[in-house]
Amino acid sequence: MCGGGEGVGADGRWPFEIDPGSERETALQVPAPFEYERATSIDHALELLTRLGPDAQLLAGGHSLLPMMKLRLATPGYLIDIDDLAGELGYVREHEDEIRIGAMTRHRELLESELLAGRLAIVTDAERVIADPVVRNRGTIGGALCQADPSEDLGAVCAAVGAQMVIRGADGERVLGMDEFHRGAYQTAIGPAEMLVEIRVPVREDSGSAYEKVDRRVGDWAVAAAGAAISLASGVIGHAGIALAAVGAEVRCAESEQVLVGEPPSDELFTRAAKLAAAASRPVSDQRGSAEYKRHVAAVLTERALARATARALGAER
Amino acid sequence: MIQVTITVNDREQTRVVEPRTLLVHFLRDELGLTGTHWGCDTSNCGACVVLMDGWPVKSCTVLAATASGHALRTVEGLEVDGVLDPVQQGFSEEHGLQCGFCTPGMMLTARALLDRNPDPSDLEIRQAISGQICRCTGYTTIVRSIRWAAEHSTEEVQR
Repeated sequence: MCGGGEGVGADGRWPFEIDPGSERETALQVPAPFEYERATSIDHALELLTRLGPDAQLLAGGHSLLPMMKLRLATPGYLIDIDDLAGELGYVREHEDEIRIGAMTRHRELLESELLAGRLAIVTDAERVIADPVVRNRGTIGGALCQADPSEDLGAVCAAVGAQMVIRGADGERVLGMDEFHRGAYQTAIGPAEMLVEIRVPVREDSGSAYEKVDRRVGDWAVAAAGAAISLASGVIGHAGIALAAVGAEVRCAESEQVLVGEPPSDELFTRAAKLAAAASRPVSDQRGSAEYKRHVAAVLTERALARATARALGAER
Repeated sequence: MIQVTITVNDREQTRVVEPRTLLVHFLRDELGLTGTHWGCDTSNCGACVVLMDGWPVKSCTVLAATASGHALRTVEGLEVDGVLDPVQQGFSEEHGLQCGFCTPGMMLTARALLDRNPDPSDLEIRQAISGQICRCTGYTTIVRSIRWAAEHSTEEVQR
């Protein structure tokens, strides 16, 4: 039942290369056995994580972890189901100069949020092109960020807007930026007895953000994608954030961000910043396209995202 | 083994299963409700879509254990007392199926759409079913079938 040449990953899509004819390609479609626990609160989940040790893993919406488990790319001894925390940790709210998003907020809720559409349109942009409507009914922002798939969209979104990850453990909370949170492909700074509980995004005056993605078909992983956030002060760019997905870029494109700050926005400036961002990326050639093509797409998308983010900052586009 | 209790089509069902049992297998193998189809098994095709608390979900990517305590609706629950749901009647009227493999999932997503948006545009219908694949490629008639359902009430179907 498994398609040839590729394997399943986050959101049930296909980021892994698998040799045709290998054992995996014949598709073990049921997870390996595990013990199941259901957490009824954050504290309960943390207590279970502490008690069961590093062989335990949290199950949020399940659309990253279960496909990984079916392919035996993940074989946790214990699953701690936190689906019941979707009430407690499912929210998007404004708090002083931040927007706070609960880790169990589902993709559908992010897409439908009026607050995000008005203040943080980059999330709405991205959610329109993440997986499909049925997958979005289950998948969560926290699950996506903790999966840390290099082609995943919300990681780039959070990096571009300078989001802070609130991680809770038995001893309390710590707050990390995406640079510290993201430790490489499929790796985060979350410890074995910790969980991501909230995402905090600073909201600046006169700011705008946008996400641009090219995929092969609706709901697929990106060929390349770019997120941009801009805030303006006295006619020049006061703050800029750029992050790319699926092209082997650093968490943020620091060099191209620096080019923008202090300059009045212009198409020429955006082209220059976009070229720098694309040049610093390290895409690989695969079934989604050649490295050269992906780098080209990354530059075009960065330029478009910057232009749209700026238009939104100026109130010229929603 | 764990005990799972799920309300399926308004009937409470309790079974003892392995924790790794996927919802699609629970429905098909434990309850014998084979109307829910087992397709790609990778949350791509949508043949296994059922409604969980009213929302379409891909039952190949939900544990039966997670669904415990929740209310499910499968294709077997669309018809009530011998009267077809307008969505079912629409698929019949507008030839919304060829091989029929994607049909249960398509109809449940259609039901969920119409429950929230009784008069969707063709674009909204297409977006709603964009997570589901019809390998016969009969999308045009599927969209027409859902339109038919939007334009006809259960009472009209009964007559």
